[in-house]
Amino acid sequence: MKKGYLSYLTNGFIKENPVLRLVLGTCPTLAVTTAAINGIGMGVSATIVLVCSNIVISLLRNVIPDKVRIPAFITVIAGFVSVVQMLVKAFLPSIDTALGIYLPLIVVNCIILARAEMFASKNSVVPSILDGLGMGIGFTAVLTLMGAIRELLGAGTVFGLSVTSQFISPMIVFLLPPGGFFVFGILVAASNAIAKKNGKKIVEHLGCENCPSKAMCQNASKCEEVTADE
Amino acid sequence: MKDVLTVSSSPHLRHPDSTASIMGDVILALSPAAIFGCVLFGLKAVLLILTCVVSAVLAEYVWNKLLKKPNSIGDLSAVVTGLLLAMNLSSAVPLWMAAIGSVVAIIVVKQMFGGLGFNFVNPAMAARIVLLVSFPAAMTVFYEPVRYDAVTSATPLVNAAGEISFKELFFGMHGGCLGETSAFLLLIGGVYLVIRRVIKPIIPLCFIGTVALLSLISGGNVITQVFGGGLMLGAIFMATDYTTSPTTNKGKIIFGIGCGILTFVIREFAALTEGVSYAILLMNILVPYINKATMHKPFGVKK
Repeated sequence: MKKGYLSYLTNGFIKENPVLRLVLGTCPTLAVTTAAINGIGMGVSATIVLVCSNIVISLLRNVIPDKVRIPAFITVIAGFVSVVQMLVKAFLPSIDTALGIYLPLIVVNCIILARAEMFASKNSVVPSILDGLGMGIGFTAVLTLMGAIRELLGAGTVFGLSVTSQFISPMIVFLLPPGGFFVFGILVAASNAIAKKNGKKIVEHLGCENCPSKAMCQNASKCEEVTADE
Repeated sequence: MKDVLTVSSSPHLRHPDSTASIMGDVILALSPAAIFGCVLFGLKAVLLILTCVVSAVLAEYVWNKLLKKPNSIGDLSAVVTGLLLAMNLSSAVPLWMAAIGSVVAIIVVKQMFGGLGFNFVNPAMAARIVLLVSFPAAMTVFYEPVRYDAVTSATPLVNAAGEISFKELFFGMHGGCLGETSAFLLLIGGVYLVIRRVIKPIIPLCFIGTVALLSLISGGNVITQVFGGGLMLGAIFMATDYTTSPTTNKGKIIFGIGCGILTFVIREFAALTEGVSYAILLMNILVPYINKATMHKPFGVKK
């Protein structure tokens, strides 16, 4: 494997981690991470959809007209989400109950749409697969970590196994939305601190250049000034 | 003559007030109610206050040490936060929970947002809500005064009307949080703060007045609504926090009335145990907008 290909994969782990660095997919991140197992379930489901949709969109990238690309992407993604949802319902009903509405909502998960828009529609199939896989692993890792932290502090268990629940009563607030925001904020802060220590800047292809709504953005001119200043 | 003609940059006149002296006044004003709480609820109350104050000061000290900031425990603000938190807790709360509350108040609410003067909500109030949401069972058990073996008793707000006489209510011979029972002693503290010009009486008057008026209109028991629960403590000591209350007089009126309306609405229609805390927190968040809306216009400036 060429070195370039490997970097497509590892990009999503830390450097461009979709949740902590790109701050995408915040809704499922906050909503389902009340337990570590839910984090894994959500992460794996999204990864499967992401890899599959990246493949199809990359194959169709020269066929899809530019003007209707977003509906086309969503249609492709929705197809795979339906498949995943049926599979989860059939084989992992407990995960299906735990994730609830957030499983079908993978359709509008911004990580998947963002990778379709920013990567798969511009690159060939193999890099797209690797990119989807890397992003998916990054997403799953953060969701599992967050789920584990919230489960430990909020219920005294990790993966359903009792850790501290016998000695002290857990802080239920960590299972509620405020606790989710708190843990999320701390993790983002920690990842920023680590990135700063390693001297890495926030990824360059964020910002106006690659913004999907650049064409209709009313602040586009202002934004370009800012980019020029840098 | 030489002293008079010294050239220096402003400010030329300094008021002797400092953060520490203001915080000292607040502690002094709180102490009658706190001491009364200790008498009422016994040794556990003393331990609770000590735990909260010590852990708040310790949290502030450790944070400053870790971040290599100048030490700010001398300004007594951490002591006030700890004391206020303790006074907002039931004496049935375990000490370690109280310590967690202090750490949340100082580290999460105050220091993470920039320290004294930058907290977006009242630290003690936010910590109380965090504890309430985290440990709902432990936080809503209230001991009956002095009779320490009696396990639980409802606060006057929960009790059926008429069980507690006005006298008991006013002087605080009933169950509840540590420092909220005696409306009389809290009022003395409030009057002291007003005389010392530490606070202006606008917010407490508007706050309590609105609650009284609304419960009068709705046909509720005005006396229980005003003197029971955390209204006195909240209105006098929590809602008047400098950082989290509006700076203008007009803003203070809006803030006080808003707190009053929210308290009434929550007490009347919601299933929450305490309206005052949530009302103050919500209005705290609105303070920047109130400040902006009620900003003084400089003379002669056209809109």
